[in-house]
Amino acid sequence: MFGLPSEWSLDVPERYFTLENYDGGVARWCPGCGDFAMLSAVQRICRDAQVPPEKLAMVSGIGCSSRFPHYMHAYGFHGLHGRALPVACGIKSRRPDLDVWVATGDGDCCSIGAGHWLHASRYNMDMVVMVFDNSVYGLTKKQTSPTTPLGFSTNTHPAGAFLPPLDVAATTLGFPNVSFVARTVDWNPVHLYQTLVTAHAHRGTSFVHILQRCPTYSADIFDEWRKDPDRILLLHHEEGVPADDGVRRTYKNQRLHDPRDLAAARALATPGEQLAIGLLYRNPEAPRLDEISVRGLGTARERRLALIEREIDRFAL
Amino acid sequence: MTAPPASGSVTEPRRAARVAVDERIVEIVSDSGEGAQKAGQTFGTVCAKLGNGVWTVEIIPAEIKPPARSRAGASGIRVRFANRPVTNRGERAHLAVAFNEQVLYGRIANGAYGPGTVVLLESKWADDEQEEIRTQYRDAVADFRAHGLEVVELPLEAACLEVIPDPRVGKNMFVVGMLCEIFGRDLDKALDEVRAVLGRKGPEVVRLNQELVRRGWAFAERHVPFAWDVAAQAALEPQLVMNGNQALGLGILAAGIEVVAMYPITPATSVSHYLGRALPAAGGFLHQAEDEIAAIGFAIGASWAGKTACTITSGPGLALKTEFIGFATMAEIPLVIINVQRGGPSTGLPTKVEQGDLLAALYGQPGDTPKVVIAPATIEECFHMVVLARRLAEEFRTPVMVLTDANLATGVSAFPRPKIDAAWLAPEPDRSAWPEGVAPYDWDAETGLSARPIPGQRGGEYVVTGLAHTRKAKVAYDPESNQEGCDMRSRKLAALGRTLVPPVPHGAASGDLLAVGWGSTEGAIEEAVDQLRAEGLAVASLHLRFLSPMEPGLAEIFARFRKVMTIEINYSDDPQAPLVDPRHRRRAQLAMLLREHTLVDVDCWSTVRGQPYGPGEIAEVLRRNLVAPPAASKRGAA
Repeated sequence: MFGLPSEWSLDVPERYFTLENYDGGVARWCPGCGDFAMLSAVQRICRDAQVPPEKLAMVSGIGCSSRFPHYMHAYGFHGLHGRALPVACGIKSRRPDLDVWVATGDGDCCSIGAGHWLHASRYNMDMVVMVFDNSVYGLTKKQTSPTTPLGFSTNTHPAGAFLPPLDVAATTLGFPNVSFVARTVDWNPVHLYQTLVTAHAHRGTSFVHILQRCPTYSADIFDEWRKDPDRILLLHHEEGVPADDGVRRTYKNQRLHDPRDLAAARALATPGEQLAIGLLYRNPEAPRLDEISVRGLGTARERRLALIEREIDRFAL
Repeated sequence: MTAPPASGSVTEPRRAARVAVDERIVEIVSDSGEGAQKAGQTFGTVCAKLGNGVWTVEIIPAEIKPPARSRAGASGIRVRFANRPVTNRGERAHLAVAFNEQVLYGRIANGAYGPGTVVLLESKWADDEQEEIRTQYRDAVADFRAHGLEVVELPLEAACLEVIPDPRVGKNMFVVGMLCEIFGRDLDKALDEVRAVLGRKGPEVVRLNQELVRRGWAFAERHVPFAWDVAAQAALEPQLVMNGNQALGLGILAAGIEVVAMYPITPATSVSHYLGRALPAAGGFLHQAEDEIAAIGFAIGASWAGKTACTITSGPGLALKTEFIGFATMAEIPLVIINVQRGGPSTGLPTKVEQGDLLAALYGQPGDTPKVVIAPATIEECFHMVVLARRLAEEFRTPVMVLTDANLATGVSAFPRPKIDAAWLAPEPDRSAWPEGVAPYDWDAETGLSARPIPGQRGGEYVVTGLAHTRKAKVAYDPESNQEGCDMRSRKLAALGRTLVPPVPHGAASGDLLAVGWGSTEGAIEEAVDQLRAEGLAVASLHLRFLSPMEPGLAEIFARFRKVMTIEINYSDDPQAPLVDPRHRRRAQLAMLLREHTLVDVDCWSTVRGQPYGPGEIAEVLRRNLVAPPAASKRGAA
């Protein structure tokens, strides 16, 4: 154009998306709910990656966190309790162009949907799975969840939860073909954002265990970590979650951890004296079912008809 | 009749002249794993190729490897072939080939054989080294003869041993040769069929099996004292031959369905065995999910994001899928659900036939969940109804359930080759921008119909939810919104029902008794009606394919008969049972629906014996219900 060499011309995008383009309206979580932090982080990531809203598929089950799709301007699937993962896998199976996110909770993912949790890990289809872990059932008003701490009083166990909790990240690291497990906390929005960015960049199922406070039922449940940042172990590695200076200043207790080391990841994952945050494990080579399920996509109509005729021939007398 | 001694020193039996008959029913029964089903399918295909009408049905034990020589362990196949189209299993077999005598007991108890049935029985057990077996064999042969069976004892294995070292894996083809001779089939056709079936196993296997067919032929010529001919007329149109589950699988391909998600369950699984190879070959994906719930969830996800997908199951799996079926109805996501019914309740009779899921299909979900339910009556319709189901699911934005059963699943029959229409294939999902200002549930006030936005369509972003919602897909708990949503989803069924035409009774448009059926029983019911009409009785039948919405005009049709009753394979109280009277009687499922739908006092006859009906027993039932005029029959049908 105008005599300029074509490679000099600027490629101006036809559309440019701002945060408002992903805004699905006023979120109706309780004031102070940790879920707001996730919502703004995801909207920022979509904006930064310039994902067209119509290419987003936000999938959830049932629970407070599963209201997430309603608050995004995107295609959303607010499905059944525990069943977000099979739906997300079905969506991804023939739509490699869609950017699939799953919002699920400790009850939705680790209790009623636990079977799918394991198998979605095996399938390893390309999506981000955010497990919002507030250690309690919120929408149904404070019942014990699989991640409720031992002795924590709920409406179903007023004398305190009977059993020690499971840990979302540690359990996921035991699943077959797991390809990405990270942990972050809702009270450090910078680390939360960077963890989700890292998850979004991974091709495969990225499980992100997010410690999320429920201001109504479990407001103080993470105080041991929140009030004593030295008990948080910040994992870092050149292939891990990048931590900016602010995060490094907050969490001085740091460790170099190679995210390809599964044994080390498992050893670090279970919270004890310390709570490890950052990228625990990543295996970019793990096989992905969505690379198989898309085969044959876009087969031309004429070719398809010919293939069907050939199948019918097999039954011809 | 006495057994001929081992071949070589056999005296020639007198061969009666070949008798021309309209039809024959042949069974091959054995322990599991002796290839009886393969033999029957091969023989059935030879008959079909000659132009006989053929219906084959597998005899399946519930266990994979039941103990040898067990009465309940009969595995095998029935082949009914005739000089006209055949639509059902028929009644008593004319001829049975049995590899041991014990498996015959189960078949006799089922009524499959009776006086006059010729049994060609393996005779080696008479000389078994175990005395117990020799005694069992002698006693059984005496029992069978006392029962009126014509037992011909034959050293089948000994004859096979001349060709192969292990007759267990070869005598089935020997039997194919025998049957071809007994029924005067063309030997070359049988040899061709062996090559077609076994060709991929290599030339040596083909050669050996062809030799077994030839030996069987020669053996029958010398040792079997009967011969029949069933006239055949080659079909004018090209024909396909397959079972109902293969027809469903082929229908899935022809409908352009690209995603099928399932979990293994008998008797539906063989659809996915077929699709496991065929669906990827046609450019699609078969997902074996971690459970029944995940299977339908996966299919719903795929449907929502693109072309209508399909899930396949049977009764127990249908129960598990209930919540998602309600969701797909509420959220208006097109979906094809295939339910190959089996015996219930609970785990029930996994390999046996029942039509017990009709009410579960219509009403199995909490709340009001109007959906389309259709039922193929023939193997050919298993193919076409999947194509129909996909189109209805798209156009009415709803789940469509296709109800077949174990009888259609394992029955094999020929039907005219369908001419595939490009319009049957699902269109590519719309990628154009969603029209501005159009709501995601832009319900037409009269029909409830609306178009659906598909992810990727710019401007169509919405959140699908199982919560009550407005036209704009916004969660709404106000009284008007939920009422409107339920109204609109229900209205779609009225809209579809208005497009259907009344069914046409078989036999006559009026008379004394109308038998109403649905699903796989059509052939047997119509054959029974034909029999009775030939006797001058004013009987007719009506077969329903749409169960939701119901086909129109039923009340008008029923009004032209003195009595209306359903024939179904599901539970109803016997009207003669203790404590049962018309006020305390639980009726069969279609009868319940028809009584509500037409306000006609529809009677019913049904059993849950896990067996498909033969025309003879249906004819008996209809005859009994004709004797007493309905007004005088205080206790209803018997």
